[in-house]
Amino acid sequence: MVVRLQPHDFDISAEIDQLVAGRTDIGAVVTFAGLVRDMAKGAPILDMTLEHYPGMCEAELERIEAEARSRWELQGSLILHRYGRLTPGERIVLVVTLSPHRHAAFEAAEFLMDYLKTRAPFWKKETAADGTGHWVDAREIDDAAMARWG
Amino acid sequence: MRVRYFAWVRERIGRAEEDVSPPVDVVTAGDLVKWLKARDEQSDYAFERPEVIRIAIDQMHVQPTTPIAGAREIAFFPPMTGG
Repeated sequence: MVVRLQPHDFDISAEIDQLVAGRTDIGAVVTFAGLVRDMAKGAPILDMTLEHYPGMCEAELERIEAEARSRWELQGSLILHRYGRLTPGERIVLVVTLSPHRHAAFEAAEFLMDYLKTRAPFWKKETAADGTGHWVDAREIDDAAMARWG
Repeated sequence: MRVRYFAWVRERIGRAEEDVSPPVDVVTAGDLVKWLKARDEQSDYAFERPEVIRIAIDQMHVQPTTPIAGAREIAFFPPMTGG
């Protein structure tokens, strides 16, 4: 079970290889990768800066991961999140879940992302085409997505 | 105790962290918000809608009703937008 925060990019395939290296008991690997979109509320953005709360961010992601482990049969997982300045098209986040069976891996990956979005202390600030900065508003749909897990 | 601010709360207050010594009648995290809000114009602006402010004590999410006694670090920030 791995939680990692870093400013630099990651290689999805290398991350998966590292998680499954030397193991023959894993039946399913589900990955979710989040990317920076070039539009926000219908207007183009130049870039985005991700602020985070060092220390709490890792601790909260570990708590979320522990919760996922208590709900599904997971053989491993990775939550990797970038911070700092990112431009459209770049990768922001990677979630990987490993399980003997696909349903557990799919569900746990979705759970991790839903919880991450509403509980991990990250904040996005976007730069509009005119150079002004705007903090992204939290979306009620994300709260609803988390709430459905009970 | 050490108080930390993030995202637009930090920008509005104009600093990332500070040490504060609230009076004894500041019992809960919500009381601390009210006390900080009353200090100056920037803090009043940062906490203008206390109901949207999220609070963490010693790096754990808490509610405004949580007592702050014994806290080393209290953080205030907007709803989170990671992922």
